[in-house]
Amino acid sequence: MAEAKTLHKPIGLLAELTHRCPLGCPYCSNPLALEPRADELDTATWMRVFKEAAALGVLQVHLSGGEPGARRDLPEITASAREAGLYTNLITSGVGITTRTIRDLWEAGLDHVQISIQDSDAVSADRIAGYRGAFARKCALAAEVKRLGLPLTVNLVAHRANIERIGAMVELALELKASRIEIAHVQYYGWAVKNRAQLMPTADQVRRAATEVEELRQRHHGKIVIDAVVPDYHARFPKPCVGGWGRRSLNVTPSGKVLPCHAAEVIPGLEFWNVRDHSLAEIWTASPAFNAFRGTDFLPEPCASCERREIDFGGCRCQAFLITGDARATDPVCHFSPAHREIEALAAVQQDRPYDYRRM
Amino acid sequence: MTGLGDIASDARPRLPRGVRLTHSEAHGGWVLLAPERIFKADAIAHEILRRCTGQASLAEIVDDLAKTFNAPRERISADVTALLRGLADKQLLEL
Repeated sequence: MAEAKTLHKPIGLLAELTHRCPLGCPYCSNPLALEPRADELDTATWMRVFKEAAALGVLQVHLSGGEPGARRDLPEITASAREAGLYTNLITSGVGITTRTIRDLWEAGLDHVQISIQDSDAVSADRIAGYRGAFARKCALAAEVKRLGLPLTVNLVAHRANIERIGAMVELALELKASRIEIAHVQYYGWAVKNRAQLMPTADQVRRAATEVEELRQRHHGKIVIDAVVPDYHARFPKPCVGGWGRRSLNVTPSGKVLPCHAAEVIPGLEFWNVRDHSLAEIWTASPAFNAFRGTDFLPEPCASCERREIDFGGCRCQAFLITGDARATDPVCHFSPAHREIEALAAVQQDRPYDYRRM
Repeated sequence: MTGLGDIASDARPRLPRGVRLTHSEAHGGWVLLAPERIFKADAIAHEILRRCTGQASLAEIVDDLAKTFNAPRERISADVTALLRGLADKQLLEL
């Protein structure tokens, strides 16, 4: 049984239900221009979006934000996604989901919960989140999730302040009875670009972390799944971002804009369509933003003649734009890119100054 | 207690909450949906997984498949054990 990587219909939908969030994580993947509550889609529109998504081929919906618990209608939204036939994954900070809400979500048919935890050390975790008491509330929600019998993933975003405690994070995830831990190194988009030098681990830390993850996987085989997202500033090849532009997934913002990936708005000149004006199928097939970088024909050298072209699709368009100013360029994470030197230079800059926290 | 591979023959395999076998019209087939993972279930995997309800034992599942598909029990047993062990290691199946 092979993992379904070659389906050409979208399989995943990231539903950013709101940009509101009590936490201030300095690497937040939301855009710098956060969408206000007044612009958020209503319950009925999300219900329609989920039906259209399922008809289009989407199998899993990730109910995210911001903090999705900031929406009072989260149980109704979740139930409608399940009724549409979608697998429902709640991605939460753990702050703002009450015992009552998680029970309502369980009744609504929620399939899986992912809770972000900033560090295994409570003081450090709260400092990274910019919210005192967050760590304790996250652990309490995790316990409630397991009491209800829901599967739990713990998500750790790794960076210089916590990268030395990956082993302790896995221990914590085991204590919380998580069946999976995701160790995702910071990706430098949005707020993380503002805090790049404060977050950037050293090359030595990255190497040690990679070795440690391999050891942890062997030690805990069969007890917990450890998924690791590579720190791409320290890599030689780029990631196949969102599995290829307009190929596997889509992202709906709180106000209904449909993006090929959550960071896509950073690229100037792209025209995004909104679910208030178009069906999801129209947007997937015909919106200018989705067709801008589909396939690999647009790629210049060194990608054009590279055998990895169909593996990584030239990497991430947003990163290409952020570093080179050209969204069509080879992702400069690739060591074949003429701009790779710039990534190496940025990866070598570490500064210990206060975070620029994400705030509305 | 005789085991099949490293799974006890009286184990009653079951998909836990958060792992669902479902038919997708859009993709024209069965898929196993799990946390951050999607597996395409071919006809054989589907026949195995739909029997993993927590009711039938591993031995009963293998017997049933061998009878239904008129196939050698040893081969069925090897296929079933390999699939179930792989899923259990990923926390996607309770034994």
